[in-house]
Amino acid sequence: MIKTDALIIGAGPTGLFTAHQLKLIGLECEIVDNLDKIGGQCIELYPDKPIYDIPAVPECTGEELTNNLINQLKPFDIKFHLNERVDEVKKDNDNWIVKTNNNTTFLTPNVIIAGGVGSFEPRKFPIKDCEKFENKSIFYSIRNKKIFENKTVTIFGGGDSALDWAVELSKNSKINLIHRREEFRAAQATVDKVYELVKEGKISLFTRYQMASIKGENTLESIDIKSDDKNVKTLKTDYALGFFGLIMQLGPIANWGLNIDKKTVEVDTEKFETNQKGIYAVGDICNYPGKLKLILSGFHEGALAARACFKLARPNEKYRFEFTTSSKTLKDRLGVKSD
Amino acid sequence: MAKITYITHDNQNHTIEVQNGLSVMEGAVQNDIPGIDADCGGGMACATCHVYVKEEWFDKISAKEDGEEDMLDMAFEPKKNSRLSCQIIVSDELDGLIVNIPSKQG
Ligand SMILES: Cc1cc2nc3c(=O)[nH]c(=O)nc-3n(C[C@H](O)[C@H](O)[C@H](O)COP(=O)(O)OP(=O)(O)OC[C@H]3O[C@@H](n4cnc5c(N)ncnc54)[C@H](O)[C@@H]3O)c2cc1C
Ligand code: FES
Repeated sequence: MIKTDALIIGAGPTGLFTAHQLKLIGLECEIVDNLDKIGGQCIELYPDKPIYDIPAVPECTGEELTNNLINQLKPFDIKFHLNERVDEVKKDNDNWIVKTNNNTTFLTPNVIIAGGVGSFEPRKFPIKDCEKFENKSIFYSIRNKKIFENKTVTIFGGGDSALDWAVELSKNSKINLIHRREEFRAAQATVDKVYELVKEGKISLFTRYQMASIKGENTLESIDIKSDDKNVKTLKTDYALGFFGLIMQLGPIANWGLNIDKKTVEVDTEKFETNQKGIYAVGDICNYPGKLKLILSGFHEGALAARACFKLARPNEKYRFEFTTSSKTLKDRLGVKSD
Repeated sequence: MAKITYITHDNQNHTIEVQNGLSVMEGAVQNDIPGIDADCGGGMACATCHVYVKEEWFDKISAKEDGEEDMLDMAFEPKKNSRLSCQIIVSDELDGLIVNIPSKQG
C-alpha cells in the first residue's frame, strides 16, 4: 500500500498543475491516469491545435502546453501511474483507500479528482453480443500479436491504428479490413501499402460496410457485415479487432458516493471539496455556479484544493502563504538559489 | 430563430426554438434534451453529439467541413445521413429541422 499526502486522479493539465501546487507547499503526491501518456484531452484530442487563452502564453499547442507543464514539474519527484484506472475509493477512518484496476493501492487523507470528462476508454462495437467475446476473440488494443498467427483476423476502422495493424498482421494472418466509407484517415504511405496488399491478395478490403451481427458459441466463428444498401456478407473469422478511437467515460467515479449532475461533480468554491470530506474535484469534472470548462479555471481550482489538502495531511502544522519570488523555503523546494 | 425537433431513440419528440448562431448541439444541451453528450463541448473531437438528419434536410444544411467525416468514423452506428450536431449552426433557414438522436453515443 502506497502512503501519500494526496492522490491525483487524472494527468490532464489540471492534475499536472495541481501536483505542482501540492509539491510547492511541501506535500507528497502521486498521479494515476488511464491513458498511456500524460496530458489528458490536450494530448489525446488536440496535440497539434493551437490554444490562445492560456494566461501569459499567447499561443501554444496541446502538446506544447503538456510539455511545459511536465517541465514545470521537473524540480519535483512525482510518481505517475499510467495505463491504470482508479476503480475504487473507500473510507478508512481519516484516510481514503484508493485502488486501481491494476491492484495498486494507496492510503491517503486527500483524493483529488482531476478526471476531465472521464477516463479515456476504447470505443466498442455497437453489437451487444460482442461483450462476451471481449478479450478472447474480440479486441480493441493488441498486447500479444502472436495469438493471431495463421488465423483469420477481421479488422474494423479507417484510421492509423486499423491500417497499421492490417499491414503488420497480414504478414502471418489472413486479414479482412472493413471500413464504413471509401476514404481512410491514415497516413498516405500506409493507405498505399494497404492497397498494394489488397492487390497481392493478402488483405480483403470491404469499404462501405459495417458490422451487422456476430456468430459463435465459445469462440467467434463468423461476422455478418452490411453495406449502406443493405447488402450482407458473412465472413468466417477467428478474431475481430475494432479501432474506433477513444471515448471519455465517467465510469467508476459515479460509484464513490459523490453528488453528480450531468457527468460533473458538485464542489464548493473555497476548497473544491465534494460532499465527501477529503475528496476534491478540479478541472472539467467539477461543477459550481459559473464554472467555465477552461484550462485556466482548472489551474485556479487545483491551487485552492492543494491548500485544503494541507490541513488534512499536516493537521498539526499551519499553512503559510508565500511567494515563489521571495520565499527561501519555496526556492529550496524548487531547487533554485536564493539571493 | 428556428424551431428544431429532436427525436430521441424512444421516439419522444422535443421541439424547441433555438437562437440563430447556436449549434444544434447547444440547442439540445441547453434544453436538457437527452442523448447528446457533447463531451468535447463542440470541439469536433469526440463524436458524442452524433445525430441523423432527416433526408429532406440533409442537403439543405451546410456541408461537412474537413475532419467531420473522420470523426463520424468513430461515432456509434454512423449512417449516410449522420452529422455532428455541434457542426450544424442554426439560422432562419433551418426552421423546421428534424434530427434523430441515436440510441447511444458510444
Ligand atoms: C478540441 C478541443 C479544444 C479545446 N481548446 C481549448 C482552449 O483553447 N482553451 C482552453 O482553456 N480549453 C480548451 N479545451 C478544453 C480543455 O482541453 C479542458 O478544459 C482541459 O483538458 C481539462 O483538463 P482536465 O485536466 O480537467 O481534464 P482532462 O484533460 O480531460 O484530463 C483528465 C484525465 O483524467 C483521466 N481519468 C479520468 N477518470 C479516471 C480514472 N477513474 N482513473 C484514471 N484516470 C482517469 C483521463 O484519462 C484523462 O487523461 C479544448 C478541448 C477540446 C476537446
Ligand atoms: S461536441 Fe464533440 S464532436 Fe461535437
